[in-house]
Parts: sequence; C-alpha cells; structure tokens
Amino acid sequence: MTEAVLEMRNITKVYPNGVVANRDVNFSLVEGEIHALAGENGAGKSTLMKILFGMEDPSEGEIYLRGEKIRFHSPQNAIAAGIGMVHQHFMLVPSFTVAENMILGMEPKKGVMLNLREAVRITEECAKKYNLHVDPLAKVEHLSVGMKQKVEILKALVRGARILVLDEPTAVLTPQETAELFEELKMLKQNGHTIVFISHKLKEVKAICDRITIMRSGRTEGVFAIDEVSEQDITRLMVGRDVVLKYEKDERTYGRPVLRVNGLTVTGAQSKPDLNNVRFSVREGEILGVAGVEGNGQSQLVEAIMGRTAGVSGAVEVDGMEITRLDIERIRSRGVAYIPEDRMRQGAAGSASILDNLVSTRYKQNDWNVGPLLNRKKMWKLSESLIEAFKVKASGPAQPIGMLSGGNMQKVVVARESDANPRVLIAEQPTRGVDVGAAQIIHRKMLDLRRDGCAILLLSADLNEVLELSDTLIVMYEGEIVAYFENPSELSEQQLGLYMLGMKRQDAEQIGRAYHV
Amino acid sequence: MFKLKYFELFRTLAVVLIALLLTMLFIALISEQKIETMRIFLTEPLSSKSHIGNVIEMAIPLMFTGLAMALLFRMNLFNLGAEGIFFFSGLVAAAIGIQTGLSPFIHPVLAIAAGGIVGALIAFIPGFLKARLNANELVTSLMFNSILLGVGLYILNYYMRDASAYTTSSYKIASSAQLVRIIPGTRVHIGLLIVLVFIALAYIFVYKTRWGYELRMTGANREFAEYSGIKTGRVIIYVHLIAGFTAGIGGSVEVLGMHPRFDWVALPGYGFDGALVAMLAKNGPLAVVGSAFFLAYIRVGAEMMARYSDVPAEMLAVIQSAILLLVSADQFLKFLKNRMLLKEAEKNG
Repeated sequence: MTEAVLEMRNITKVYPNGVVANRDVNFSLVEGEIHALAGENGAGKSTLMKILFGMEDPSEGEIYLRGEKIRFHSPQNAIAAGIGMVHQHFMLVPSFTVAENMILGMEPKKGVMLNLREAVRITEECAKKYNLHVDPLAKVEHLSVGMKQKVEILKALVRGARILVLDEPTAVLTPQETAELFEELKMLKQNGHTIVFISHKLKEVKAICDRITIMRSGRTEGVFAIDEVSEQDITRLMVGRDVVLKYEKDERTYGRPVLRVNGLTVTGAQSKPDLNNVRFSVREGEILGVAGVEGNGQSQLVEAIMGRTAGVSGAVEVDGMEITRLDIERIRSRGVAYIPEDRMRQGAAGSASILDNLVSTRYKQNDWNVGPLLNRKKMWKLSESLIEAFKVKASGPAQPIGMLSGGNMQKVVVARESDANPRVLIAEQPTRGVDVGAAQIIHRKMLDLRRDGCAILLLSADLNEVLELSDTLIVMYEGEIVAYFENPSELSEQQLGLYMLGMKRQDAEQIGRAYHV
Repeated sequence: MFKLKYFELFRTLAVVLIALLLTMLFIALISEQKIETMRIFLTEPLSSKSHIGNVIEMAIPLMFTGLAMALLFRMNLFNLGAEGIFFFSGLVAAAIGIQTGLSPFIHPVLAIAAGGIVGALIAFIPGFLKARLNANELVTSLMFNSILLGVGLYILNYYMRDASAYTTSSYKIASSAQLVRIIPGTRVHIGLLIVLVFIALAYIFVYKTRWGYELRMTGANREFAEYSGIKTGRVIIYVHLIAGFTAGIGGSVEVLGMHPRFDWVALPGYGFDGALVAMLAKNGPLAVVGSAFFLAYIRVGAEMMARYSDVPAEMLAVIQSAILLLVSADQFLKFLKNRMLLKEAEKNG
C-alpha cells in the first residue's frame, strides 16, 4: 500500500463531562482516496475529525502529516497544513455574497479597501478549476442547500486544502443533489485531493468511497477496501450485530381522526409565510409521514402544534378539542406526546439522572406524589422497568443521562414519551443519529403505539424511515403540502425527490385528501 | 463509579487544602514568629468555648446567604441580590425590634417574619424581570444592592437614628426582640436552630418535592423543562421568592441575634460571602453547612491571627480568592478526572 498522507495514532479523547468519545483510535488516509468514516452517532466520528481539524485537543495520541508529527492548536493551523472541513451545519455568512464568503479572513486588498473585483476573480477561477459552478455575486441566503455546500467546499479548496473532511454532507440533500455532489467529489479525487466522507448512509458509502474505517463506541472496528465488505458487513461492524430494517406491519384499520390541523398558517420573518394553509389529519392507528428537505416548514409545523409559535392562524384539534392557543402543559394533558428533534436541547437534561428525565412529563400527577412529596420509590421502579424494556445501556436510574451514548439517550426520551399511552405522538427525527439497533427498538415502539390506536405524526429527513414506517405520507415544500400519498410504500425515492424539490405538485383535490372529517 | 461519584468532594477538599497551604506559605513569608502564627490561625478558633462560639456565630449568617445563593445558582441564576436583601431586611427587623411593649415571643417572630417577607418581595423584582423580560438578573440584582443601601441609610438616618449614640446607629433593639442565647458562655443564639431547620427544609424541597424537581430541571436545561410542560418563568419567580425570603430571614436573625443596635452603614458583605459558600458547597443545600463552617473557621482564624500576631486580617482575602479561583476553575484537577474516567471506561467496555 502507498504511504499514508495522514495518520492519527492511538487517539483517546475524554470530555470533561466524562464522555469517552475516542478510545485508542487509529485512522490513516492515503493520498487521493475517498475514505469513508462510518459509525453510529456517538461512535466518535465527529470528535475524531474535530481533533484532526484542531478544534479539540486529544487526551492522548499523535497525528502525523506526511510522516511529520504535528499538533494543531486551532483550525487555523489545520487550514495552513492543507486540511479543510465542511461542517454539517454550514459556516457561511448568509447576508454576504458567495465571493465575500470565499475570501473571508484572507481578503484581497486594494490599499485599505477590500478588493471585491479580485474576490470575484478568485472565486471564478477556483470554481472553474474544480468545476464547481457558483455565482460569485449571489447572496448566500438565497442559495439552495446544495449550492451552499458547494460554496463551503470551494471555501476550503481556495485555502489550499488537499485533505477535505465532509461531515454528513448528504444529510440535507435531495437524491438529485446527492448525485451531483458525488460527481464533484470524483473530480476532486482525480485532481489528487484526499476526501474523508462521514456518513451513516451505507449505500452512498458503497457508491463513492475507496476505503472505509468503521467506528463503534469510540473505537475503530476495522479498515477495509470498500469492495471487500458488503453493506451487511458494515452494519454488523457498526452495530455489533445483524439488523434488518424491515417491519411486519398489521393490517391497517384507521379509527377516527385524532389530530386535525386545519388551515395552519405561520407568518415568518420573511415575506413568505413559514407555513401556508397546512391542512391534514392523523387518524387512530395511523402513522402519517412528513417528507421534505429540511427547512421547508417541518419544524414550524411542530412548533405550531406544540404551541411554541406566535403568529399562528388556523386550528389544531385533538379529539375535537382545539389546542391551538394552549401552553405545552395543557397540550400534553390532552394526550399529546412529543419526541423532539434535538435530544440534547429539548429532549433531555444532560446533567440530570435517567430517572429525572423519565418523569419530566408526569411528576405533577397525583399518582406520582404522596402528599407534598414525590413518590421516588415508584419513579425508581418505573425507571428500572423502562431501562429494561428499551434495553438502555446504563448503570441504573441514577446515572446522569449525559453519560449515555446518543442512541441510549434517545431510547430514554422515547420511553418517556411513549409510556403514558399518548393519543397523539409527534415524532420529529426520532432516530436521527442513533445506531441501527436503537432505531429498531424505537421503530418497534412506534408500531406498538400505532397498534394501540395512537395517531402518529412522523417527521424525518431519513427517506427510508419515512417510507418504511408511514401508512400515509405528505410532502412539504416551502411551507405548503404539495402531495399526499395513501400508499407511500409504492413510491420510489426518486419520485419523492421531485415533490421535495418543488418540481412536481399535486392538485388541490389530491392534497385535500390528507384531511379526514 | 465509586471514585467518580466522590470526585467533586475530593476536588473541593483539595481546593481547601491548597488554600490552607497557601496561607501557611504567606505566613511563613510575612511573619516574624512563623510557627506561632500558624498555630494561632489553625487552632485558636477551636481553642476555647468562646472561640468556637465565634465560629458558630459567624457561620449562621453565612449559612443563610449560602443557602439563598445555592438555590439561585442551581437555576443558573447569577443573582447577587442576597447582599442588599440581607442588609435591608436586617434594617426592617431592627425597625420592629426598636419598638417596645411587645411580648418576648411575638416580638422577634414578628421582626424576623417581616424581614423575610420584605426580602422575598425585593427578590421578586429581579425574578419577575428575568422571567418575563429576560432581563439579566446579575445586573438588576447588583443595581438593587446599591438602591437598597441608599434607601436603607436614608431610613436609618431620618427615622431610626439615635441621636445620643456616638456613631450612626439606630435606637437600641428592645430586649424583648433580642434572640435567645442557647449556649452559655457564647453569643450563639437561636438563629442556629432556625438556619438548620431552613437547610433541612430546603433539602427536602429541592430533592423530594415536585417544585424542587421543577427547579432542578429548569436549572439543568430550561428548554427541556419548557418542552416537558414546566412553566419555567414561574419557577424562576418562586425560586427568587424563596431565596429572597431566606436571605431576608438571615439578615433579620443576624441583627436581632448579634447587634444591640442596627449599625450597618455599608453593605455587610454576607451576601457575596454566601456566593462563595454556595460555590464551595456545589450548590447542595446540606453541603452549605460544612462550607459555611469552614469559611467561618478561617475567618475567625484570621481575626485571631490579626489580634495575636503580626499578620494582618487582610490575609483572609487572599485565602478566599484562592478558594474562589480554584473552585470555579474547571480545569483544576481535570487531568485526574480524565484518568479516572478513562479507567472507569476501560472497566465498563
């Protein structure tokens, strides 16, 4: 094998809160390869890359670049050494033009003035060289996600990056945009760039990468040439066992509509409303999927249902009772459960114990209190049984939830939300960034709830998940419902992609079927 | 898990030890009679009944303000208003204390209750501003300290001042209002029992009741609490009320227990010391006891040292600063924690 251009040896990283993110990790890159870094969330991929990019100090271990030992103290050092990073969440100034973003921090000057013409020239030259077409004078806020990503990649390249780290680059892209990105990456590879491709989408990894390093709970599970391993092998190494993401679903029998959203409109900061006249219902025993590229009104929809947004018009009803202007406590008391998108922010309190996190929605109810005191004994029992039922890997109910892996933390969140027999479950990205094993447990729980007559609204960026679990499906584009399908399992990802990108749209009557009286 | 669980305790003890060693070092540099000075500092506070009494007397107000601060800090509320409340509630208690003709039981109860209620009302304002307008409680509470001092001095000068006294101070506090001494040969008063009851109640409140649960969750992650259905604005307000009440009771008890007249013409500093007590106690209600007693011990030690040796009492500021710095420095002993975590992790997986 050719010599490694970059080598990370025996990297160990412990965060101050006690999380061991990397344990004795070895990682090496060969010049001109696309190298996949795969693993469930919390496996330590991002930490490893942060160390590589100088954003975190390793607790132990060494990094060698072209045989020379290096130590980065900041991303500036890493950039100077020819390492570029494209973060999952873009680091661009939205109100600046593409050219201005490109030269940020390395501005060409004319006297004391910024030489904008030169900036445009640099951008155009770079875009041409790498065949990444962007409009240097377009404002970043007006660009599509795919274009923003191109700008990010160019930004790294113009700074002389020879090694490019892409952190889950396809998470926010449509299938069409993904295909385009892959062409660009192949071009870069031919130019001799080395690319690290972080992803848990195995199809993509198989399609584009040369080698793969698999991580599991902070360790490297192995390095393989991509054609040596099958998708099943990779999954097994990532999870530690075989998994099949297919579920046996019962015959569907829908009951009455439980959650009804009628004419929901949310005025946003922009001229266009964030949500425009959204109308649908979810019936007992139905999982209604919501597909769409992120940022097309899904989060506004959830916030409006949960009573978190001002400026809402229209109505949200649960079992015929309007909940539109209630606070969360009252909404929850109507039987609405909610699995939030971001478990670290809205889903859990990291420093609090598993027990405390499990009772946060019902500690007030009479059967959890004895006089003025909480019934800790009963709560403890509940925690123990839920930890067991959801196979949460933890030392016990008293362990701080922040010390668990992402998947286990999510299981606790789902356990809390699903245990109180909800009438409606709003599941927002319920399995984002969790390992396949945890995803399976969560999916099965959702199917159990469905069987028991819960109405489930499932929002997910993971098309596989949406297509596999949903009974019916709506597609959102720019704050509106643009399609409704009664049989999503017959759809292909490509067909769906057309609706998600706003290139196709059903007529009003077809969309209207999403609402059941 | 064993070692990790006790890491914070160990870290705190290490901080205390280092602060003491630092003190010894300074004494060694300054003093003419090094060993004797060290002995005075370390053993004198515990050498006699009356000196131990001094430590306890000192610990009582520190426990009150430490407890108030611990409750606020737990919510991530950096409200330093206990300082002004302690002063002003003391004044309110004194204003009732200088009246005559009340029975010896009703009189102190009335004075203390008034101080506590005034304290709660004052704390309500920054709490309300924080909950409704998200006004920074550090700024509002610090400004309130100045306002309370000014208003308090005005009241003292124009309504309560005893012209026959040589210094600026109020009329004498009636003997019926003064707190009962509970340990003969010392000035330790019934305030000790009051504060211990407060601490026990606070412990039960924080860990065993639904309101305490709301407090802990809001402090740990406000957004999470909010999404779980907890009305965090309300929690912020009632924590302010409780903390203000506690600090107010503290000020009242201190004045009625230790002062023949109300004679504070500047903020007494107990509120800020309370912040130190709370930090050293890692905001645990029970730990406030140990933390306040330790601080009282080194304060009395420093006083004794100033009285009997050639090292001035200002030494105390050095020790306190060292403690504050080390306690608040996340990085201190982090390597040790990392190593322990690493070992723990290896054992688990």
